[in-house]
Amino acid sequence: MDGNFSRPLKTAAAVFAGAALTIVCATGNAQDKPIRIGVVTFLSGPAAGPFGVPAKMAAEAIVDSLNAGKAPAPYNTKGFGGTPLELTIVDEAGGATKQVTELRNLIERQNVDFVIGYISSGDCLAVAPVAEELKTLTILFDCGTPRVFEEASYKYVFRTRSHATMDAVAGAMYLLENRPAVKSFAGINQNYAWGQDSWADFTAVMATLKPDATITSSQMPKFGAGQYGPEISTLLQTNSDVIHSSLWGGDLEALMLQATPRGLFNRSQLVLVAGEPYLHRLAGNMPDGTIVGARGPNGVYAQKSALNDWLRQIYKERAEIYPNYPAYSVAMAFLGLKAAYEKARGAGGGAPATDEVIKSFEFLNFDSPAGKVMMKLGKGHQAVTGTAYGTTRTVNGQVTVGNVKYYPLEVVQPPEGVKSLDWIKSGMKPGKW
Amino acid sequence: MNQLVAVLLDGLIYSSWLFIIAVGLTLIYGVMKILNIAHGSLYALGAYSAASLAGYWINQGHAPMGSFAVMLVAAILVGLIAGPVIERGLLRFMYGKDEIVLVLVTYAVFLILEDFIKLTWGVDPYFLYQPYSLLGSFDVGDLTYPVYNLVLFGAAVLIGVVVAWVLTRTRQGKMLLAVIHDREMSAAMGINVGRVYFITFTVGAILGALGGALTAPMISVQPGIGAETIVLAFAVVVIGGLGSLPGAALAAILVGLVRSAAVHYRPELDLFSIYFVMAIVLIVRPKGLFSIQEARKI
Repeated sequence: MDGNFSRPLKTAAAVFAGAALTIVCATGNAQDKPIRIGVVTFLSGPAAGPFGVPAKMAAEAIVDSLNAGKAPAPYNTKGFGGTPLELTIVDEAGGATKQVTELRNLIERQNVDFVIGYISSGDCLAVAPVAEELKTLTILFDCGTPRVFEEASYKYVFRTRSHATMDAVAGAMYLLENRPAVKSFAGINQNYAWGQDSWADFTAVMATLKPDATITSSQMPKFGAGQYGPEISTLLQTNSDVIHSSLWGGDLEALMLQATPRGLFNRSQLVLVAGEPYLHRLAGNMPDGTIVGARGPNGVYAQKSALNDWLRQIYKERAEIYPNYPAYSVAMAFLGLKAAYEKARGAGGGAPATDEVIKSFEFLNFDSPAGKVMMKLGKGHQAVTGTAYGTTRTVNGQVTVGNVKYYPLEVVQPPEGVKSLDWIKSGMKPGKW
Repeated sequence: MNQLVAVLLDGLIYSSWLFIIAVGLTLIYGVMKILNIAHGSLYALGAYSAASLAGYWINQGHAPMGSFAVMLVAAILVGLIAGPVIERGLLRFMYGKDEIVLVLVTYAVFLILEDFIKLTWGVDPYFLYQPYSLLGSFDVGDLTYPVYNLVLFGAAVLIGVVVAWVLTRTRQGKMLLAVIHDREMSAAMGINVGRVYFITFTVGAILGALGGALTAPMISVQPGIGAETIVLAFAVVVIGGLGSLPGAALAAILVGLVRSAAVHYRPELDLFSIYFVMAIVLIVRPKGLFSIQEARKI
């Protein structure tokens, strides 16, 4: 009898012990489980070299440094609140449709906790509703189109860098401060969201600040066109005082290689709103006197601080050159997310839920290597910063920038609730921040 | 008047480039009935090899003019290596299969070569800008053009004339035309069809690589350039009629002039110009401008 009773009891005890052990192990795993972050950036195609790969290298360097607890205060806790970070990196090449699929894969199959990604404005517009549908906190780290938060409202989507309106506003201001006698201008921009928005903003700002200046030509080659002979001829024939361009990646490099020998920039003042990543790459083909932006006080415009020194050091150790602005964009995304995560976690708390991180992220102010970032637009989901512009000059064969001017955010950013174009057309009154 | 001249000149320069990148594709299709998607990768390999070798040549302090010869040698080397490897190593096992299967096979080769390029050269761009301005420039009205553009024009004319001459005036060319017309009958008459295929594919590969080598001084050579190019080359070949050399030439001129006119007069139409030409031509002549008449076998 005893024997008959003890066998089921032993079996039950063994099952109980096994279950308890499983629970203990699972709990242990949950505590040690790293936070998985999907990073989406161009690893191939025309945008890889100047944008995607610097962003990838910055992400890897930042995560290594954060996991080691070597970032300066207030980011000196290891990982996010003590939990290490793990990266899953995906190529952004292939177009918006592919990126929607890749985002679903990242979230549903690879189970990432957060997504940081997207350089192309077209990709940002495409993935934002999908991130919302999949309820995964997604940070758009580099794309520029203002339409993301001006035409929609998202709970799970954030952008930790300023949108492109600032680039156009500050670019036009800098141009007119240095060349007030401008009478005509033309543009060459890519025929998709980024190029169209950049040109629309720039023409609107010029119409506001310099209404007598005339538009002589607007060239809109397709993304990746590569051959710009007819466009350069057209621009040459306009004899414009200024040529505005938001071209980037291989397109900008091809334009510079083809236009410089034809003397286009001897006739016209060139304004490159996103030209900073090319300064060291186009020595000999970047004419002195080119007005260059870095989409914020990033890269060569970043001012000395402990955080900037840290980013420059960890990036240079990995890439052997100093970081350009896409690397700063990635840093803003990681540091913003870290600040929000740790704020949500609180002192001694466990891993916060996504909704708690979102709540902490909205309207957050945080420090970055490029200065203070404030999540002020898009109901607290869109960052604002000031920006800077400068003029190129060649020193000892190296292209650098001089005559740098910094613009505070209140003069280059539309306030909350006002669409960029409406704000520009109404006279760009400085908002209250 | 100045603008009209600019439209014509820009159009012809662009046409020359289009013809150079498309001629290898149409030659291979004409002979082998293979729509070689890997042509884009051969173009990219030509560009990378030219940028690397000619860049090395210039950096070593050799006479910059020699870089043109180095570019040419680079393209020939790529064609002579990649062409036989692809044809002997893969395609010859696929002859006789459906054309769609061969498209998929060459697409697979394209993907493999794209990764090969990334593994070999990395993702950072290569620049070979020196040859573009080395020959100086010339003025037409108030416009300045690099003489290199004339090199492109000359290269396109030379390639077209030489290929046409070889096809119509030499014994090898006539054998090749016989294979185009009827592979089985040619084989029955003693023509080594396999050898013709091998030579054609290798020449096509050299032409593809040459297109890349000649383009390298005008662009930043980086991953993805092959994909952009194969789309354009394919459009030109379809407009001209698959496999037709005169068709490819006329299509390149048409597309070049229409695009140039669009950029000069209606820039917003530039994006659609090549597809506009393609749509119009295919509506009027569904098999392209110079589609080759196929004898019906009973």
